[in-house]
Amino acid sequence: MRKGLLVLIVGVLFSAWSCQSKKEETAKKEEPVVKEKPKPAAPTAEDVVAAGEKVYNTYCMVCHQKDGNGVVGMNPPLTQTKYVLGDKAGLIKIVLGGLSGDIEVKGEMYSNVMPPHNFLNDKQVSDVLTFVRSSFGNDADAVSKEEVAIVRAEQETK
Amino acid sequence: MKHSIKKSPKNYFKNFLTFVVTFSIFSLCLISCNSNNSEQKDVEIDPKNKFPTADSDNGGLVLPENFGAIALTDSIGRARHIAVNDQGNIYVKMRRLADDKGVLHLKDSTGNGKLDISSGFGDFGGTGIAIYKNYLYCTSDSAIYRFKMENGIVKPNTSPDTIVKGFIVQRAHASKPITFDGNGNMYVTIGAPSNACQESPRSPGSKGFDPCSQLDLQAGIWQFKAEKLNQTLQEDGHRYATGIRNAVAIDWNFNDNSLYALQHGRDQLSHLFPEYYTQEQSAELPAEEFLKIADGDDFGWPYCYYDQFQEKKVLAPEYGGDGKKVERCEGITLPILAFPGHWAPNDLLFYKGDQFPEKYKNGAFIAFHGSWNRAPFPQQGYFVAFVSFKDGKPQKDWERFAEGFTQVDSVMSTNDAKFRPVGLAEGSDGSLYISDSAKGKIWRVIYYGEKLALKD
Ligand code: HEC
Repeated sequence: MRKGLLVLIVGVLFSAWSCQSKKEETAKKEEPVVKEKPKPAAPTAEDVVAAGEKVYNTYCMVCHQKDGNGVVGMNPPLTQTKYVLGDKAGLIKIVLGGLSGDIEVKGEMYSNVMPPHNFLNDKQVSDVLTFVRSSFGNDADAVSKEEVAIVRAEQETK
Repeated sequence: MKHSIKKSPKNYFKNFLTFVVTFSIFSLCLISCNSNNSEQKDVEIDPKNKFPTADSDNGGLVLPENFGAIALTDSIGRARHIAVNDQGNIYVKMRRLADDKGVLHLKDSTGNGKLDISSGFGDFGGTGIAIYKNYLYCTSDSAIYRFKMENGIVKPNTSPDTIVKGFIVQRAHASKPITFDGNGNMYVTIGAPSNACQESPRSPGSKGFDPCSQLDLQAGIWQFKAEKLNQTLQEDGHRYATGIRNAVAIDWNFNDNSLYALQHGRDQLSHLFPEYYTQEQSAELPAEEFLKIADGDDFGWPYCYYDQFQEKKVLAPEYGGDGKKVERCEGITLPILAFPGHWAPNDLLFYKGDQFPEKYKNGAFIAFHGSWNRAPFPQQGYFVAFVSFKDGKPQKDWERFAEGFTQVDSVMSTNDAKFRPVGLAEGSDGSLYISDSAKGKIWRVIYYGEKLALKD
């Protein structure tokens, strides 16, 4: 009987200890997850970028998101894509005329509709594209409102 | 040795009793340890039951007391809906092909909480998957197929039957989720190909087509024969419900023999009509509607949406609405419950099992994929909710059942969310499976409370 009691006590002690050590293990594992926010690149001309950011937040952010990463399978990212960094006339055309049909952006297919933004004036378009081209890890030169005016004129005569 | 000690039967009994008491206390301690979910990852099956112990961190999930979770797999790719059969085979429909496979088969064959089988088949991406009468039904965005199962398994090189083919190819809301009733019918959502049937899609101020011809073959839930081959939408499909923009979450409730679904409400009220809506209103409106569906119901899209603050269907701004006018929306069928806007309910599951505590039985689990449409405010959703049902009615005090998917405090952009719940399935043992669309993580949720300890 006494032996039995001893076993019992040892058993209880052992399980208490194993519980404790496991709890400590868990506690150690709970490290907070820290997210890195993309830092905007140095602005070309601060006020242009600030104005562009305002246009972006009003008209583009809803789909392309605050961080420019878009929504997987729905709205493509604006982070170092060939459209954002490439030919400026093509980029202006996308904003003024919108885009639909299947396109591939960074290895992912997109096929939703981007509406035309020809209700924005030349300056708003150049500001927002200058902002986009110098944010979200992008580092490309500014877009001028003259460049926008040329593309708009071409689109309207078509 | 006259007095050789001969143990009396009584003594034997005493010793045996001590042993039993010791053993039970010992195992009780271990069980209480488990219920704190502080077991290490090296799982052992508790001899008292057939459930493996939970991960020490519940696979990153935050669950109600006494629930635990095991991360079965971490990153199989863009998972969508899942199905689990009686033998514990897990089938995952993949959005896009993963290593050329559109359906993955996973299994924890020893019951130790770890997957040791993984293979794939099917050459199409998609969303819908369900097991019906020894067949695995899987959907692409344009067709519904089924694979024969033998002993719970789809054998290699099984070529699928085509159940329905030729859905209209659409760019938006193309997923084809499915569910079955007990009467030989299958239900499939065909989403609307647009946000609000505007003449110029997603363009500020653009009016809606009236009537909206998208309702003819889309924006509703269609009924087909579950086992008839080669059906088409036009010839065999019965439009069971209309005016539903997109319902990725659908399930048949065998308790009241009715179809239920959750609608993804329309986007961008303030972006498209800033004269009528503030950004704050647009982030909350319209409600994500929980629908109980009878044959022939019309829920009003694109003309109407549900405003959960005014508790009524109101006229959409594309059709002359200003956020208050009702007009043609008078009498449109209301939701049975309303959730805040844009949370994106992507799966629905009525819980049939006994593994979870009593209150979960016959209630509804809902996987909210999480919003993208609430900017400039933080995005929301990204959790699994539970709605209990009393006398066939959903209770308003629904709970956040599983959280922690995003792994961040605040989601400003959708991409901040590390995981996004998208699919739900119930194992025959009553455990709940949850799939994630971002990385392809899959969890198994088990109740480790008193009820489990009693189960032997
Ligand atoms: C209603 C949602 C929506 C809005 C608002 C929107 N876009 Fe888009 N955008 C899209 C979609 C969807 C595509 C892809 C279209 C396709 O698949 O053909 C796209 C494509 C693009 C592309 C080319 C692809 C890429 O990712 O590089 C650029 C550049 C772009 N958008 C910039 C903008 C800018 C700048 C604004 C604001 C002025 C804007 N978009 C507003 C949805 C939107």
